Amino acid sequence: MSDPVLTVDDLHVEFRTEDGVVKAVDGVSYELGKGEILAVLGESGSGKTVHARAVLRILDMPPAYITGGRAMLGDVNLFDLDEADMREVRGARIAMLFQDPHTALDPVYTVGDQIIELLRLRRGISTREARAQALELLQWVGIPSPEGRLKAYPHQLSGGIAQRVMVAMAIALDPDVLLADEPTSSLDVTVQAQVLELLGSIVKRTEMSMVLITHNLAVAVGLADRIAVMYAGQLVELGPAKAVYGDPKHPYSAALLRSIPDIQRRDERLPAITGSPPNLLNAPDGCPFNPRCPYATDVCLTAMPPLEQVADDHLSACYHWDEVER
Amino acid sequence: MSDPQPLIRVDHVVKHFPLNDKVFGSSGVIHAVDDVSVELYPGEVLGLVGESGCGKSTLANLIMRLEEPTSGTIEYLGRDISTFEKDDLKTYRREVQMVFQDTFGSLDPRMTITDVLTEPFTIHRDVLPKDAWPDKVRALLKLVGLDPDHANRYPHEFSGGQRQRICIARALALDPKVLVCDEPVSALDVSVQAQVVNLLKDLRDEFGLSYVFVAHDLSVVRQIADRVAVMYLGQVQEIGEEEEVLLHPSHPYTQALVSALPTADAQGNVTGKRIVLSGDLPSPADPPSGCRFNTRCWMAQQKCVDEEPELIERGTGRPTKCHFVTPTVDAPASV
Repeated sequence: MSDPVLTVDDLHVEFRTEDGVVKAVDGVSYELGKGEILAVLGESGSGKTVHARAVLRILDMPPAYITGGRAMLGDVNLFDLDEADMREVRGARIAMLFQDPHTALDPVYTVGDQIIELLRLRRGISTREARAQALELLQWVGIPSPEGRLKAYPHQLSGGIAQRVMVAMAIALDPDVLLADEPTSSLDVTVQAQVLELLGSIVKRTEMSMVLITHNLAVAVGLADRIAVMYAGQLVELGPAKAVYGDPKHPYSAALLRSIPDIQRRDERLPAITGSPPNLLNAPDGCPFNPRCPYATDVCLTAMPPLEQVADDHLSACYHWDEVER
Repeated sequence: MSDPQPLIRVDHVVKHFPLNDKVFGSSGVIHAVDDVSVELYPGEVLGLVGESGCGKSTLANLIMRLEEPTSGTIEYLGRDISTFEKDDLKTYRREVQMVFQDTFGSLDPRMTITDVLTEPFTIHRDVLPKDAWPDKVRALLKLVGLDPDHANRYPHEFSGGQRQRICIARALALDPKVLVCDEPVSALDVSVQAQVVNLLKDLRDEFGLSYVFVAHDLSVVRQIADRVAVMYLGQVQEIGEEEEVLLHPSHPYTQALVSALPTADAQGNVTGKRIVLSGDLPSPADPPSGCRFNTRCWMAQQKCVDEEPELIERGTGRPTKCHFVTPTVDAPASV
């Protein structure tokens, strides 16, 4: 890989609540290459969204605290910047795409107002120029009759069109890295397919890098080059997308794969993962997956296994990685 | 389904919501459900699928009599539910229960699980004497796979999957015949989703329940439904045995829906030819003329704009609402 565009290094995020300290992100590290799509896969509470918000420094602090690690964008540690410098970086060098476009857009301004304001303020161009660029952007993301859409209010847009507007705004300043947080989860499946295709083509055309946060393995393998699997705030597996999907090296990834219902097959019983995700206020000792893991032995109950290389470019945090079957 | 007497018969039901928006000055009607006829037979799971706005949840609410149809009738065991009053309605509400998607919204945060599970008996007083309630609560919790010792906890102390189990236990308290499940697993994580689907299957087998199972995830529906009705803009487009509809869809909309599922083979290669529909769902306030799918259908011809196709059998063994049925496209292969 050429020099990484984004390096997340031993990131720790805590939530200090009345009930105790929750380690939402507990030592996450990865490198994102130029033009690469890295899917961060996990269930609710796994820390996948919190990690991205920490990188962009848009967590509510308090109750959240970034308690360790670095987020290197090129050779700048984002955690060293003051808020004014950070504001310059957001959008221009690293941007975020949110799950629900209708809460991310301001309901009382037209789509045009919102994009034009962004371009005027950040690019320092005239309203006229900004309008022309806004039109171009809307065209670029495949919005039909963009002229009319500029005058539309967000509530007049369908979910799919609204999300395309959000994509246009996220890439408006030509960032190096796009953090896409469940960008299609609130959309219907036929529209989901359109937006995923759009994101894939943007990365191809611009060499932007993307962190795709998702809970959907099939979406991840369809779009991403690599997949990082998170569980209970930790990265438990990281490898080439097809390898993680086809030959997972962590029991959690394997179990997750098996539990996805398949339209081709009607199972008498779906192979569910037993139990619930851990309560991070009271996480189990050792490997957090041990209460639900069919491979767990005594060692798993006492010490967290390190994330180690187990195959080409393929890391797993499991003592029993070589026993795991898909 | 050879049983001649359906439990529930939805007969040409229409539900229009008036649209009176004073702020933006729009008016008209939302065609939420437009001339839908389906039946639910004893012991059967009927899947209702479609994208948001297709009317599947409205249909579920109509069956629950949470909404009144604009026209058409819904019968329970041969009797029109809109005529039910007092005792009849009470019996209907006991025998036809609902499970919702949002487990936070459907459990009162200030009620313990015991309160939640005994409330049905405070309304239906003749069902169970009060001294039998504690045992019943324990039995219900056991039934849905929860620890009976947690009966005095509050909803927030449970995970999403556990809360859905509580909702299912509540729905089962009065020994219903039918559960209307509106997206019961959509809000749950994949690993937990599978547990709840398995639970619903077990309960169906154990008690001979019938389900109306509303969902947008076709892969989940495949696991539990016996028959599937595909809805688009308030109308049923295709209805039949689950395997036929989901693996060999005959309506172009079903084909697109099935092909849009992200799938990959065991090596992680993306499989299946994806039919990407152009455009968005038209507004249900102003549905297209003729076939409602014609604005997004790649097979649409003039006839589809001029003439609404009927929901009839067209050589595929099941009713399909399309002039140009092609029984050829198979579901994408996966995992």
